[in-house]
Amino acid sequence: MTPVRSVRLTVNGTQTTVTVEPRTTLADALRNELRLTGTHLGCEHGVCGACTVIVDGAAVRGCLMLAVQAEGREITTVEGLGSAAHLGALQLAFRKHHALQCGFCTAGILTTAHALLTDEPHADEDRIREVISGNLCRCTGYLPIIAAIMEARIAYSDLQCEAAQ
Amino acid sequence: MKLPPLDYICPATLTEAIAALAAHGGNAKVIAGGQSLIPMLAFRLAAPSVLVDIGRLPDLKSISISAEGIDIGALVTWRDIERDARLAQAHPLLAAAVAHVAHYQVRNRGTVGGSLAHADPAAEMPGIAVTCDAMLTIVGSNGTRIVRADEFITGGLSTVLEADEILISIRLPLWKKARRWAFEEFARRRGDFALAGVAAFYDTDAQGLAYNAHIGVIGVADRPMRLPGVEAILDGRRIDAAVILQAAAVARDAIDPADDIHAEAAYRCDLLGVLLERALARAADISLSEAA
Repeated sequence: MTPVRSVRLTVNGTQTTVTVEPRTTLADALRNELRLTGTHLGCEHGVCGACTVIVDGAAVRGCLMLAVQAEGREITTVEGLGSAAHLGALQLAFRKHHALQCGFCTAGILTTAHALLTDEPHADEDRIREVISGNLCRCTGYLPIIAAIMEARIAYSDLQCEAAQ
Repeated sequence: MKLPPLDYICPATLTEAIAALAAHGGNAKVIAGGQSLIPMLAFRLAAPSVLVDIGRLPDLKSISISAEGIDIGALVTWRDIERDARLAQAHPLLAAAVAHVAHYQVRNRGTVGGSLAHADPAAEMPGIAVTCDAMLTIVGSNGTRIVRADEFITGGLSTVLEADEILISIRLPLWKKARRWAFEEFARRRGDFALAGVAAFYDTDAQGLAYNAHIGVIGVADRPMRLPGVEAILDGRRIDAAVILQAAAVARDAIDPADDIHAEAAYRCDLLGVLLERALARAADISLSEAA
């Protein structure tokens, strides 16, 4: 046990402080300290992508970043992409296309796709496939996931147009 | 597995970072993006008592191109390289190799300095550094030293870095515009470590003969290395199908990989030959299947 640290960060738009050991990963801090259990931990060594969260706009593996490294950063988790009553565009598309079965990998895929489409709303299928290659899914065979992300692009393109105006 | 207990220091300056490393002797480890180190911690392959986070140090995040060469700060990420519009022209071999590094999420945090200091034998960046005669700048308690990439890496996951030293930047020599080049690697899945890879370039004289051939390979030894025997075959020759097949045969014999769970030695030798054929054919802009 090493002395705990206070880390200030913004999670899904809300400023907060977590108190963690330095060895605590960002994913564990989100789950255990903030009870944001939508972020799932699969392999815990950076292979499966289930724990993907967005840090200052960039998708990162939550198990490969220490919580103390998130000091002052803005984090978006799957809870920040929508709620049960108001699903986000990607979540709606995933439901429509049956882009999940067991759902374990889904949070990481949604956050990854959200970061991608926010940055690159016109990402083509090859780009989407390349990006999603960092997320393991053992149920779907990926085709419905790709279809859902491709359909959700329109919502992100519209957002970009609004932002431009 | 959860990470072992450790302490964490996040210095604001390079001087403070070096002092922290010196104070902890060999028990401290530098962390930047952590994309190699944190898995090592999770597997208990590394167990430092303290991490010194250089991620917030100023001035290590720039890519600058001058008459001296291309200087890349240790904290530059794969994503930074991917998004630098100059590099596709200024160093196409680097840009092509970096396109193979890991996955989207890892590319957002993984750093050039971290990859070099980690020195994985199958990693792209150490391979490019060795192939291109890069010079690495290291700062420690005893001052600054500059080390050639092939002297920097001393074996699998081993470098000349002392416990109180930090790699702060890498300089690649300037790229010649008309240079012929290619990067080829094979991994079972996109973003995985390469089973083998080849970085190749050469220049051509007025008669169209190759000179200054540089052939570097990854994933086939305990460290990235050049293949001088292959380079000797290419220099002074017109790169045609016959030369390429001869070069590939020499490459297969020049390496002595170990069997591992990913591939048997014989497979790796054969794979390297195929990748070299593809790389040289692409560099020379010829089709081997038509020529053969």
